[in-house]
Amino acid sequence: MDFDFSEDQRLLKDSVDRLVADRYGFESRKGFAKQANGWSAEMWAQYAELGLLGLPFSEDHGGFGGGAIETGLVMEAFGRGLVLEPYLATVVLGGGIIRHGASAEQQEELVPQIVAGDLKLALAHVERHSRWNLNDVAVTAKADGSGYVINGEKSVVLHGDCADKLLVTARTGGAQRDAGGIGVFLVDASDAGVSRKGYPTQDGLRAAEVSFANARGVAIGDAGGALPVVSRVVDEAIAALCSEAVGGMGEMLAITVDYMKQRKQFGRAIGEFQVLQHRAVDMFAALEGAKSMAMLATMMATSDDAKARRQAISAAKVQIGKSGKHIGEEAVQLHGGIAMTMEYKVGHYFKRMTMIEQMFGSTDHHLAYVANSGGMF
Amino acid sequence: MDLSFTPEEVAFRQELRTFFTTAIPQSIRTKVLEGQHLTKEEIITAQRILNANGLAVPNWPVEWGGKDWSPVQVYIYQDEMQLNGVPSPLAFNTSMVGPVIAQFGTDAQKKRYLAEAANLDVWWCQGFSEPGAGSDLASLRTKAERVGDTWVINGQKTWTTLAQHADWIFVLCRTDPTAKKQEGISFILADMKTPGITRRPIQTIDGGHEVNEIFFDNVVVPAENLVGELHRGWDCAKFLLGNERTGIARVGTSKARLKRIRELAALEFEGGTPLIESEKFREKLAAVEIELKALEMTQLRIVADEKNHAKGKPNPASSILKLKGSTIQQATTELMMEIVGPYVMPFAESDEGDGRNETGYGPEYAAGTGPTYFNWRKISIYGGSNEIQRNIVAKAILGF
Repeated sequence: MDFDFSEDQRLLKDSVDRLVADRYGFESRKGFAKQANGWSAEMWAQYAELGLLGLPFSEDHGGFGGGAIETGLVMEAFGRGLVLEPYLATVVLGGGIIRHGASAEQQEELVPQIVAGDLKLALAHVERHSRWNLNDVAVTAKADGSGYVINGEKSVVLHGDCADKLLVTARTGGAQRDAGGIGVFLVDASDAGVSRKGYPTQDGLRAAEVSFANARGVAIGDAGGALPVVSRVVDEAIAALCSEAVGGMGEMLAITVDYMKQRKQFGRAIGEFQVLQHRAVDMFAALEGAKSMAMLATMMATSDDAKARRQAISAAKVQIGKSGKHIGEEAVQLHGGIAMTMEYKVGHYFKRMTMIEQMFGSTDHHLAYVANSGGMF
Repeated sequence: MDLSFTPEEVAFRQELRTFFTTAIPQSIRTKVLEGQHLTKEEIITAQRILNANGLAVPNWPVEWGGKDWSPVQVYIYQDEMQLNGVPSPLAFNTSMVGPVIAQFGTDAQKKRYLAEAANLDVWWCQGFSEPGAGSDLASLRTKAERVGDTWVINGQKTWTTLAQHADWIFVLCRTDPTAKKQEGISFILADMKTPGITRRPIQTIDGGHEVNEIFFDNVVVPAENLVGELHRGWDCAKFLLGNERTGIARVGTSKARLKRIRELAALEFEGGTPLIESEKFREKLAAVEIELKALEMTQLRIVADEKNHAKGKPNPASSILKLKGSTIQQATTELMMEIVGPYVMPFAESDEGDGRNETGYGPEYAAGTGPTYFNWRKISIYGGSNEIQRNIVAKAILGF
C-alpha cells in the first residue's frame, strides 16, 4: 500500500503544474475565455506538445499508455488553473469511448489525430428527461447501408459546440429505459443533419444543445450493447472530475487562508478570530476527505469489477459534491463581498465546483446508488 | 499509488484475525461490538490473553515486550482488534503510563512497573483533569511538595475513568508554583491505597459509573515515585497525549458497528417493512459509510506517510482523524437508536462494577443503544476536545 507517485508520474506532475502556474494565471484565463471557442488554441497546442492529449492512449497508436493516475494529475493541475480547454470532453470522454469501444482500425485512424491536437470530440449522452440515467435514451439510430441514421436531441453536450466529431448515444432497439439496445455512434459535426446551439456555462466553459435530423453516423463497438462502455467511461470521467475538484478546492482553501491573514477588521487580521479559524479548519477537513476519496476513485476507475468500481466512484462523487459545496460556500463567506465579484478568483472556483456537482450525477443521485448497493464494509 | 497490501501484510492480518476470533471469548467480543460496558474481570481476561501471546503492548520498546512493527502493521493490528470486538488493552497502562515510564523512567521504575502494567496485574488510572483544568490542562493546581524523602500531594482530580478498579494512579502535580504554567509540573505515581486518597463516583448521563473524582489530602508517596525530571512532567504529558494518534479514529470499530447496524436494521419493522428497506434510512446509513470510507483512506494515507515523520512527531493531519473519527462514532450511535425505536426508552441504573444497562425489555441489542448514544458524546470531548483539535490544525497546518 502506498500513495507515492512513480518517477515518471512525478515528472509529469512537475511539468503540468509548471505549465498551469506559468501560463494559466487568472488574467490569462480571462483572455483565453474571450477567444473564438471560449478557450485557447495556443494552450491546446501546448498540451499536444507536452503529450497530454495522448496520455491515456496506447503506445501502439501514438499515445503514452498512461492510466487514471496520470489523468488525475493533469486534472488536478487543471482544477487549480480553472482550465477552459476541452480536455475532459476530448481526451477523457470522447477518447475513453474510442479506447474502450472502437475497433483497432477506428483507433488507428482517430487516436493519432487526437494526440496531435487535430481532433476534438464531445460525448452527447444527456437528454431532456434522462438527467443522470445513462440508459434513458430516446435518440434513435437506424442501420442504413454501412452506417446509421441518427434522429433526436441531446442536451448540455460538454464542449459540443467546438467538437469536430460527436459521440452520440442512441437506441437501435428496446424501450426508452432499457439497458440493452444502446449504441454509440461517431457523427461528423459538419454533417448536414447536425445542428448545434453553443452557449457558455456558469463556470465559464462551453456546452451545446445538439439536434440530429437524419445525421449519418458510424457505430463505435456493439451498436446494441454499448451501455457498459459508456458507464465505464463516465466512471473514468467522474474520477477525473474528482481530481479536478480537489485541485480547485485546495486553491480555494489556500486563497481563503491567505486572505484571512491579510484582511484587517476591528484592528486585526480576521484570521486571529477563533470562530473563523475553526471554519477554515472545517474546510481543511472537507478537503482531506475529498483528496482521500479522489484517490480511491482514481485507483478504482480502472477496476474490471464493475460493481466495486461503481460503488467507489459514486461514493467519491458524493464526497466531492459535499466537500466542494462546503468549501466553495465557506470560501465566499469568509472573504465577504470581494468573493461576490467576477473580478476575484474565488467565485470562479465556487462556480466550477457547483457545476461539477451537477455533472454525471448529483450528490443525491450517487448517494442513492451507494445506499442501494448493499453496504461499503 | 497502490491500495493493495503485500502478501506478508495479508498473512499478518489473517493470523491476527484467527487469533482474535479464537482466543478471545465470543461473549466479550459481542459486548464490545454492541457498545456495552465490560466488567473488570472481562477486561483483565482479554488483556492477559493478548499479553500471553505478545500482543498487549506492541507499541512499547522491544526489550519491554514491544514489537517494532511497521506503521502498516500497527494499523492492521488495531483494525483487526476493532473489527472483531477485541477490547483494546487498557489505555492507561499500555498507551499512557507504560510508554511514559519506558521513555522517561529509571531502570528501577521500568523493572518494577512495566511487566505488571502489560499483564494488567496492576490497574492504572489517569490523574490529569481537574475541576478547573480541562482543555486548559496546564492550569492544574493539585500540588506536590517535597518533604524529606517523600512527596506530599494535595488537591483534586476529576473524570478519572475506571478509578474504581484501579490499583495505582499517575498524577500531574504542580511542584513549582512560581514557574510558568507548563514548567512547574511533575509526573508522580501513587498507590491508590495510600492514606488520604478518597474517591467519589460520578454518574454520567447514560446512567453509568465510569468516571470518578479523586481527592488527595496530605497523601505521602516516596520520592522515587517521580517519573522523569522534576518540573518536566509536561514533557511526559505531551508525549503521552501525542502517542496514539492513528488508533484514535477507531475506523475498525465504526466499520464493525456499521455492519451490525445493517444486520439489525433487517430485524426491525415499520409498516410491515424492514427498516433496511426504507430509502431514507439506507441513505442515512450510506452517508455515514461514505464518511467512514473517506476517513479510512485518510488514515491509510497518514499511515503510509508515517515513514516520513520522526517518531513522536505525528503528521499534523492526524488531528482530523480525531475530529472526523469522533463524529462518525457518534453517528453510529444515532443510527442504532433509530433502529430500536421505542425500545431506546427503558432505563436501568447500573452498578459500579459492571455498568451494563440491562433492562430486560425489548430485544437484547436495544439495551445498550440509549446509554451508548449518551455516553459516546464524550468522544468529542475527551483526549483534547474537537475544538482543541481545531486549534491544533489552525496553528500547525493553516499557520494562524
